[in-house]
Amino acid sequence: MNIKKILPQILTLLVVILVFGFFSYNAQINMENRGITFGYGFLTQESSFDVQFSLIEYDGSHSYFRAYLVGLLNTILVSVIGIVFATIIGVVVGIARLSNNYLINKTAAVYVEFFRNIPLLLQIFFWYFAALRALPLPQDTDPMFGVFFLTIKGFFVPAFVWNNLDVFIYSIIAAIISIIFIRIYAKKKQENEGIQTPVLSISIGLLLILPILSFLFGGVDASVEIPVIKQLSQSGFTFEGGIKLPPELISLALALSLYTATFIAECVRAGVQGVSKGQKEAAASIGLTPNQVLKLVVMPQALRIIIPPTTNQYLNLTKNSSLAAAIAYPDLVLVFAGTALMQTGRAIEIVSITMLTYLSLSISISIFMNWYNKKIAIKEK
Amino acid sequence: MFKYLKQLTSLVAMVAVLFTFTTETMAAKKSKTLKNTQKKGFVRCGVSQGLPGFSNADAAGNWTGVDVDVCRAVAAAVLGDANKVKFTPLSAKERFTALTSNEIDILSRNTTWTLSRDADIGLTFVGVNFYDGQGFMVRKNSGISSVNDFKAGVSACTNLGTTTELNMRDFFNSKGIQYEPVTFEKADEVVAAYDAGRCDTYTTDKSGLAAQRIKLSNPDDHMVLPETISKEPLGPVVRQGDSVWEDIVRWSLNTMIEAEEYGVTSANADSMKTSDNPAVKRLVGAEGELGAALGLDNEWSLRIIKQVGNYGESYKRNIADTGILPDRGPNELWTKGGILYVPPAR
Repeated sequence: MNIKKILPQILTLLVVILVFGFFSYNAQINMENRGITFGYGFLTQESSFDVQFSLIEYDGSHSYFRAYLVGLLNTILVSVIGIVFATIIGVVVGIARLSNNYLINKTAAVYVEFFRNIPLLLQIFFWYFAALRALPLPQDTDPMFGVFFLTIKGFFVPAFVWNNLDVFIYSIIAAIISIIFIRIYAKKKQENEGIQTPVLSISIGLLLILPILSFLFGGVDASVEIPVIKQLSQSGFTFEGGIKLPPELISLALALSLYTATFIAECVRAGVQGVSKGQKEAAASIGLTPNQVLKLVVMPQALRIIIPPTTNQYLNLTKNSSLAAAIAYPDLVLVFAGTALMQTGRAIEIVSITMLTYLSLSISISIFMNWYNKKIAIKEK
Repeated sequence: MFKYLKQLTSLVAMVAVLFTFTTETMAAKKSKTLKNTQKKGFVRCGVSQGLPGFSNADAAGNWTGVDVDVCRAVAAAVLGDANKVKFTPLSAKERFTALTSNEIDILSRNTTWTLSRDADIGLTFVGVNFYDGQGFMVRKNSGISSVNDFKAGVSACTNLGTTTELNMRDFFNSKGIQYEPVTFEKADEVVAAYDAGRCDTYTTDKSGLAAQRIKLSNPDDHMVLPETISKEPLGPVVRQGDSVWEDIVRWSLNTMIEAEEYGVTSANADSMKTSDNPAVKRLVGAEGELGAALGLDNEWSLRIIKQVGNYGESYKRNIADTGILPDRGPNELWTKGGILYVPPAR
């Protein structure tokens, strides 16, 4: 009886070990024959190449491991920006597709059909090469609001120069913690006494007042640094000061969000349409306002349908960000699996690290979204 | 007793037979790559994705260039026909993996010979077919006339995974100039980005700059700065561990250069068989047994010269006549003031 259960599992395990063993043995023999050594020691060596855009301090005198971190952070950056914008655009377009207004409805439909049916790489090329060419050179650009400069060399925005930044951050953390406590208190109060507390207004108030207090009493101070044009040669210009968003980042984030948003829009539409009409009518009949119907009856049920497929879209977006290599955005694939791989020749080590990294990124997103999904799922009582 | 004797004799006979086979085709046996190439009937050659003068395909898919000619020479030597080559276009990033993973047998793709590449990653460089150096291209109207005119904040477009990327850092660091590297995988994307104005300068090997300039929308608006910031000896590469194949590729290239040195061309090669100079006679296979050492017949070098031509012919056809670099510079024979100097074929 027991054997029947265990045997297939043992066999499966055996096959997995054999296949894995065969490939690693094969790789080992072949590498030995060609005089290729294996090891991760190179990670501590000096990388001796520079990267265009980095969130942490880095140049060629740092190690390959640091170069890996630079690539990883850039991948995370573009993924986070992509996910945020894809979600916002996706929700707006998804709801627009449900609109009774013919024009809004059809515009949203055309957007979805257009962007989801063109290969992503082509869209990235379009935004980078076609749109980039249309941007003005630094010396020809017209500033937006006097301080933003969109040029072919990047988007130059003013930077904040902070004094006592840590106090400001603490004030925000304090505000968030108090909001959590107030929410818990408000929920208890409603369950016990049936009285609703205006949690939203209190939260916004806290988020504004505490940071303002930090400015007034905490010694926090911020000044703005505006980009200034700088001449490099007779015809070459750039901007100095402020923050520079490279055009590669902008076009990649744009392409990723516009593409993924179409899928999220369809998830949202499916979710809202998946809530039966009777639910809304029943909610309205017991005297809930339209706002309350949406917030308390429709959305909780729609989210259950929306979240799982949207998780997939977030994962896709993160993995698709590796197409960055095509347009010189220094993500993990370009910096680590590109330049670092070429300079060290350690293909197996670097590709394995890169694969593991993407796996961990995807699994982290999965775990978070599963946790969120469980949180909003119907709890059977 | 007799029983054992019989077995013993058959064993001895077997060993003897095996031994004769081994000595006969020693070189061919030792070289798996040579055997495979002869079995397949074509040479598998890795080239660039399109670099005029070095390896470039026309509309009909015919490859030309000095790098291409190295592979054609090997095909002529090994298979008797310079056209029996299968070309695989590779990006800078893919090239070494393609070679070590056995997808190609020769990498002839304007690749710089460096210590770490030669020693560390399972490759062997067999020689130099073009002496190059890294330079910078800028817009003429920028007024930049020397690398000393670059200012902090300059953005430089180049290919990723190249020695160029490392030289660029060394150069700008030594000048104390903060710069912005913009690196692409494909050369065409580098050209497009530079052309659009994304970068102030485009840096790569000078031969590459000269060749890519033609692809810009207004080639005359751009110029290559006079300075050379690095040594870039470009040459064909083979997998480490097959010394016979390595020798075949090395001596195919050397034959082309030596043929130019002795004035043997594709036109006069046959008549050179009766030359008075023994070095020339060895080169066209009329004297000596040089082919056997490589596991080839004795006419291998004659075929290279007749079908592909000597180095000078190849250079003229691909680089000089196309207007890329009419002046041979260091790529002239040592007897004419250049640094092309190959060991004697004897």
